[in-house]
Amino acid sequence: MTKNKKGFHLDIWILVSFIILALYLLFMLYPVLRISAQSVLDGDTGAFSLRYFKQFFSDPYYFSTLINSFKVALCATVICLVLGVPLAYIYNVYELKGRKILQPLIVLCSMSAPFIGAYSWVLLLGRSGLITKFIKSSFGIKLPPIYGFGGILLVLSTKLFSLVFLYVSGALKNVDNSLLEASANMGRTGFKRFATVVMPLCMPSILAAALMVFMRALADFGTPLFIGEGYRTFALEIYKQYVGETSVNHNFASAISVIAILITLLVFLAQKWMSNRSSFSMSAMHHIERKKPKLIPSIFMHIFAYGLVAISLMPQVYLIYLSFRNTSKTGNMFKPGYSFNSYLQVFNTMGDAIWNTIRICGGALVIIVVLAILISYLVIRRPNPINNIIDTLSMVPYIIPGSVMGIALVVAFNNKPLALTGTAIIMVICMCIRRIPYTIRSSVAVLGQIPISVEEAAISLGASKAKTLFKITVPMMFSGILSGAIMSWVTLITELSSSIILYSSKTITLNLAIYVMVNQGLEGKACAVSSILTLFTIISLILFTKVSKDGEISI
Amino acid sequence: MNIGIRITHALKKYGDNVVIPDLSVDIKAGEFFTLLGPSGCGKTTLLRMIAGFNTIEGGDFYFGERRINDLDPAKRNIGMVFQNYAIFPHLTVRKNVAFGLQNKKLPKPQIDEQTTKFLRLMKIEEYQDRLPERLSGGQQQRVALARALAIEPEVLLMDEPLSNLDAKLRVEMREVIKEIQNSLGITTVYVTHDQEEAMAVSDRIAVMNAGVIQQIGSPKELYQRPANLFVSTFIGRTNLLEAQVVMSGGFRGLQFKDGLRLPMDNLTNEAQDGQTVAVSIRPEEFVIEDAQAEGLTATVAYNIFLGLNTHYFVDLADGKRVEIIQESRIDEIIQAGTPIKLGIKREKINVFTQDGSRSVVR
Repeated sequence: MTKNKKGFHLDIWILVSFIILALYLLFMLYPVLRISAQSVLDGDTGAFSLRYFKQFFSDPYYFSTLINSFKVALCATVICLVLGVPLAYIYNVYELKGRKILQPLIVLCSMSAPFIGAYSWVLLLGRSGLITKFIKSSFGIKLPPIYGFGGILLVLSTKLFSLVFLYVSGALKNVDNSLLEASANMGRTGFKRFATVVMPLCMPSILAAALMVFMRALADFGTPLFIGEGYRTFALEIYKQYVGETSVNHNFASAISVIAILITLLVFLAQKWMSNRSSFSMSAMHHIERKKPKLIPSIFMHIFAYGLVAISLMPQVYLIYLSFRNTSKTGNMFKPGYSFNSYLQVFNTMGDAIWNTIRICGGALVIIVVLAILISYLVIRRPNPINNIIDTLSMVPYIIPGSVMGIALVVAFNNKPLALTGTAIIMVICMCIRRIPYTIRSSVAVLGQIPISVEEAAISLGASKAKTLFKITVPMMFSGILSGAIMSWVTLITELSSSIILYSSKTITLNLAIYVMVNQGLEGKACAVSSILTLFTIISLILFTKVSKDGEISI
Repeated sequence: MNIGIRITHALKKYGDNVVIPDLSVDIKAGEFFTLLGPSGCGKTTLLRMIAGFNTIEGGDFYFGERRINDLDPAKRNIGMVFQNYAIFPHLTVRKNVAFGLQNKKLPKPQIDEQTTKFLRLMKIEEYQDRLPERLSGGQQQRVALARALAIEPEVLLMDEPLSNLDAKLRVEMREVIKEIQNSLGITTVYVTHDQEEAMAVSDRIAVMNAGVIQQIGSPKELYQRPANLFVSTFIGRTNLLEAQVVMSGGFRGLQFKDGLRLPMDNLTNEAQDGQTVAVSIRPEEFVIEDAQAEGLTATVAYNIFLGLNTHYFVDLADGKRVEIIQESRIDEIIQAGTPIKLGIKREKINVFTQDGSRSVVR
């Protein structure tokens, strides 16, 4: 009776809508259109041509990268679901020892760039890795090589399962305990209840998590780069075609990018279709009461949960250990003993990177939060045709792999009047575009819970619309926004796939610095920077648990 | 300060769906005016049009002489109390009450003074530094009311303000509301679906159904002389019987199905001889007599003893069941199966045309 306001309200919000629309058109749609245009132009003659698409699909050398990427993404998604869903169930339904610690640890697993994980796994299990050598010398057993498909899966699974955990935990929080009691009452308990009641109730979240994992695994190129050794995925191919040392072909890179966008769009729509069929809304009056498991199952649960976390965190822990190893003066060799050499070298040379990280990621974060608040307000409180377009546009970044977005921006803003390539601004823009959909999603959820009558009350008391937003709505959204912002911050400081295309020597961030140093063989320094980054992440997570209402992390 | 509200030919549509087709009403200055009706009748929609939260598709809305159709809700100088209170959860009680005054850019001492005055008036001064989540429902209601009144609005709008309270608190708060309104004399528009609540607080009530005002009147008028069948069944409880108008041989009155003739001297000229009419007889307008007396023949089906009153459910000769309320007596309750006669307090009953659209009594 009170909703369905149609038509336009002539006020400041119309202006905001147009500004946001313009930003999206300029910084997102235009680059994507430019890259699409470039994909159908011949690099030599500049004439219209589909030769790059023909080349990609007819040459098995390129086409196989597509198959490989799909294999990796699909397998990683399945493994993550198999690990993450039961973990979330155990965590939320049973009383585990050290529960308070367990959740941040699980989250921490996902909070570093996959390439760092890949790099560390190589140091552990590679040809001359620590564990490889140890097992060979003490048992004479030669471990199977970690490089290639298996290694990529190992890295991605241990990295991404925690996303599934977070999504499904969120869903389980909305499952009413009485539903579990009702099914027990009708004689359905244990695994059967998990499979026939709990799983279907969480299905929308499981599907959402599956999409996230799939997209991340598909778009990730740091992992195959470090641990793939000839296992070529198309994210890697785009990067190589664009910035590789040999045979750079921007038009071909654009063509692969367009193919990538079309494929992810297809996956996205398929997921939407599936989740629409299983969509319903839940809210729990009584949360699930955690039970104490029996002894034997309890042992298995603890081994599963802590074992998984231990394996997943091993790379980061090992890098921290390495960062305290003694190094040579140049920093490219480890020497016996321990020292702070790596850190000293880092602080002498890396001041810029630290400042860049704060300046670029911090700047992006502020813009993201402001825009996400405005957009979620427009979408929820002022539905009209323009804001519906904004809503749709804000979802587009979901389907654009990071490296593609990076290339698109370079292509679009390489020349005057907007020559942004190599500046910090272009990195900020890219981070904003890529991260905003997630922040909007969480702000929309927060705003959706605030009854509109609270805003109407403010207006009826004579507050202007702007005052109502900033004095009433935003403060009420605050804790939700802040926790979302901290999560965004962590993702921003570990971002690689697009910034690696956009950065210059002046805008290098910590995460990029690690990449560069690993490539240059400056392993001690790389480990030190990576440890600093881990510390940043841990501090952020601690802040998060302090800020969020129930002390639990959710997305 | 007090102003009236005049609404002429108000029209509200959502797309092609017309919610209020054509509504006109005059609300007097200082009056406690209630919009009463079943859910979905358009009463909240109308209130929100007055407040400025719903668009107005047609007609004119006036506060006094000022047309407010296109006036920003923030500038209408209204106080509004919402169904869910809509208290700002991040502000203390005092800051909630002061919020509207701050928007008026008054000097700080005046804001403080005014805030304290209304905190005191609503008896919530002792909670002024608490956050709202630590208050009970009734206290939150008081905060909402204090906040709405503190800006000294020209019009007070209340949208089902008591529906979230438990029964006992509801009765207590409606007395508080009535008393405050009386003492401030502020023009008030109140929306509710609870007719008892409406009767308890209102000077006048507009009964609405399907976007149309059925009748406007004092609680007494609505109850005793409803304008149509809808009002008579919506306000209070009633029994509907079919009867025929008889005007022949010096007799003016009604003849019921079982042959009972009831002389009536207040039928309007619209009542024609032989016309079938709907007679609305409230439970207390029957008088139980013993089986030999004159009246409708009936048999007691069962009874309910409620202390002050005893309710009897009885079956008429044609099988129709009617309800009767009697003040409880010290002697025996009449047991099920007992044959009785029902007398009728003829001056109180209401008679409607057969389609129920109009009353035919004066």
